[in-house]
Amino acid sequence: MGNQILARAAFEAGAKIMYGYPITPSSEILESWIKIAEKDENKNLQYVQTEDEMAAGFATIGSCLAGVPAFTATSGPGNILMQDAFVMAEALRVPMVSMIIQRGGMSTSTVIYSQEEVRLTCFGGNSEGFRIVYSTSNLQELYDYTLKAFQVAWQYRFPTFILADGYQGKMKGEVEIKNQDSSVNKPNVSPILKPGVNLRNCYNLEEEIGEVISQYSDEYQKKRKEIEEFEDYRLEGAETIIIAHGIVGAAVKEAVDSLRNRGQKVGLFRPITLRPFPLKGAKKVLEKAKKIITIESALGQLSELFKSEFYWINVPLLEINKPAVGFTPEEIDKQVCFFAKAKK
Amino acid sequence: MKPLPSFPKCYKTESKPHKFCPGCGHPIVLKMLGQVIDELRIAERTVFLIDIGCSLLAWDFFDLPTSQTHHGRTIPVAMGFKKAEPEKIVIAYMGDGGAYAIGLQQTITSCLRNDPITTIVVNNTLYAMTGGQMAPTTVENEITATSPSGKKESEFSTLEGPELLSSIASKSAYLARGTTDKPLVLKQYLKKALEAQMNKQFSFVETLSACPLNWKTEANETIIRIQELEKEFKLGEIKR
Repeated sequence: MGNQILARAAFEAGAKIMYGYPITPSSEILESWIKIAEKDENKNLQYVQTEDEMAAGFATIGSCLAGVPAFTATSGPGNILMQDAFVMAEALRVPMVSMIIQRGGMSTSTVIYSQEEVRLTCFGGNSEGFRIVYSTSNLQELYDYTLKAFQVAWQYRFPTFILADGYQGKMKGEVEIKNQDSSVNKPNVSPILKPGVNLRNCYNLEEEIGEVISQYSDEYQKKRKEIEEFEDYRLEGAETIIIAHGIVGAAVKEAVDSLRNRGQKVGLFRPITLRPFPLKGAKKVLEKAKKIITIESALGQLSELFKSEFYWINVPLLEINKPAVGFTPEEIDKQVCFFAKAKK
Repeated sequence: MKPLPSFPKCYKTESKPHKFCPGCGHPIVLKMLGQVIDELRIAERTVFLIDIGCSLLAWDFFDLPTSQTHHGRTIPVAMGFKKAEPEKIVIAYMGDGGAYAIGLQQTITSCLRNDPITTIVVNNTLYAMTGGQMAPTTVENEITATSPSGKKESEFSTLEGPELLSSIASKSAYLARGTTDKPLVLKQYLKKALEAQMNKQFSFVETLSACPLNWKTEANETIIRIQELEKEFKLGEIKR
């Protein structure tokens, strides 16, 4: 199951402690981690089922401050409560890793699926979104990007997220497990709160905090090229380019195959890092597009990320939005085919 | 003339004079804590985590690894640090609003888990940093910015933290209430609390403290007021 894979991947990545509060559809991550921890021969893995998501988030920060890779996982309303901790992690540059298994929005809503936590996960703090967010599209990516998330978090010291959804979390299937001792690079960890260090997130003067934010922003913009990731799928000669992320991206691939078989010049651009948005990769590809379509299980949250970077692009845009509802490749095929053929 | 006693060794001298208001109780609590840290010789392995509220002003008070956290969330950060570094002495420092209102869930659960950390709550019966609003510790008839006609016990009881925790604390946990009016007694409680942590127990010290700015009291009135509070909140170690 996807949630079990996430826990296993965190173990392989070198995580030592997990904090969590039960919430569907992410609870099995904590359950699976506990099983791994209990079985661990060295007995150096720990866990706490906390009293709420705020405690889970802040305890994760506490362990990271001590220089020990820790993580948490949550969904929906828990993601909201955890923003309290996430924004402190942004402010103090704490490399916490969090797995967000999106459920339906708004409020409590449904317990399985949506892509409606994009905006919250990328920009949920009273900040500028100095975070790294990986949107995975299948079980193998859950595994691979969890390994990567711990390395990247500790390398750049930005809070890092695996953004999936209940379908991926509950889906069963096989993944290729890397050999823990040889092929996995462990994060380069060291204590953050150490002798001589006094950290604060409260400032007296506007100019003081303004300078800190500018400095973080400069660093984020400088490093984003190293962090950005995307997948391009059958983009050679594509006139209509679909932008989709996560599991919707997987459905779009199937639709692209059948459209290509019928001679339609359609391809997929799938941002893997939603934050930072893969600007460099997208620029190369999208400038050649004659039409762009965004497809997502939300009302334009992905589209918003794209538009804020490409406000200048003079290409017709169609947004196919199904808030909190999944897509089949067949319906994507049908809708894309109609738009791709349309004169304008 | 007798020389003034020197600062505790764990003080960060370059951040003195400290940032608290004249007459505030915090510096008394911090001074006692500093002396205890010196006496126990634990500065090398002590980590100081502080809440938002007036406690945040202590962010560079000691020459110890120190971090501000968020309002009401100091205890989980401390718990997380301790899990990762069990040999460290971890102190969570906060006000009564942080411990008993917004962070009460964290306070109670930490006690239930018997987290081996030391929580210090500076209780001045109101929210001082934000301008003196009513807190769960505000006493009968006390006038605050949000209880201008005086707080009514019939509408909101007064929370007694250590007593509340005593019903759920582990048998070996340490709970006490001191006052900045009797600093040397408070110092003994702080010492015992840190020793309890070294003995892997939850430890919790509340101290009554003065806020002349928000109490709007002159020096002598401040002393009278804190002595009155000592009748409302029972001093001493609290047994299960």
